[in-house]
Amino acid sequence: MSADYLDGNALAGPLAEIFTTDVSAAVGRCASCGLTGPVASLRVYGPAPGLVARCPGCNEVMLRLVRSPDAAWLDLCGTACLRIPMESAEGNSP
Amino acid sequence: MATFTRGFHGKRRGGDDRLPPGQYLTDDFPVLSAGPTPQILPSEWEFTVETETGQVHRRSWQELMALPSETPTVDIHCVTTWSKLDTTWQGVSLDVLLEDVETAAEYALVHSYGGYTTNLPLEDLLDGKAWIAYRYDGEELHPQHGGPARLLVPHLYFWKSAKWVRGLQLLNEDSPGFWETAGYNNYGDPWREQRYADD
Ligand SMILES: [Zn+2]
Repeated sequence: MSADYLDGNALAGPLAEIFTTDVSAAVGRCASCGLTGPVASLRVYGPAPGLVARCPGCNEVMLRLVRSPDAAWLDLCGTACLRIPMESAEGNSP
Repeated sequence: MATFTRGFHGKRRGGDDRLPPGQYLTDDFPVLSAGPTPQILPSEWEFTVETETGQVHRRSWQELMALPSETPTVDIHCVTTWSKLDTTWQGVSLDVLLEDVETAAEYALVHSYGGYTTNLPLEDLLDGKAWIAYRYDGEELHPQHGGPARLLVPHLYFWKSAKWVRGLQLLNEDSPGFWETAGYNNYGDPWREQRYADD
């Protein structure tokens, strides 16, 4: 099996069109096997016809992104949860 | 047939008559994949057809090889805008593979080794329009192009021609496949430029 994929950093640019934070820095949990790790560690196939990001543990699809000239389709049903690092929110301290 | 701009200079005379709208001609055979390339030995390969009543028809590689084959020469059109003319294949017509299958289903969901799926109306697989192809350009089909065998449905965008095909599920109701659930068109007619879901 050849390494015909890129790492999850390849998602940073395309996802920056949609999200205001850098999702490649987030930590995701695979809905299939439960492996938890940085989005940057996913195995990314594509970019055409679409980006397909797979779990490095079980190879199941965690994210798909298709971009047409006037729309983006984002499928995250293989991702159970994403922990997205945020700026600390004001006024949240006890 | 849709009208389109005739500004393109094809490499072959008359080439632009055969080029759907928005496509360009290539002599390469680009490889697009949505996952790792499965390595399937012919000895472990099988092709199954499951009908809407749950009946399963299986064929081994040996059985496939024993069926009468055809050598279609066809133009193929990828949704990523490349087209390739006069590609030569060898394979078994779906008419032959579905001959003894009793079904009233209207839809097919194609399954591949590695988990890929794609859907199309069953009639688009019949009447000489589709093959299970195992040779390309006079040679065994390379794994990166879907070998040992792939579906070949050249009248639709090439994502419908599933690589590493392992079976068909015949269904009364349409069931969108891998790309069809992620923004690509449910039918994918290159002459009507049906690329995305809303085209
Ligand atoms: Zn996993």
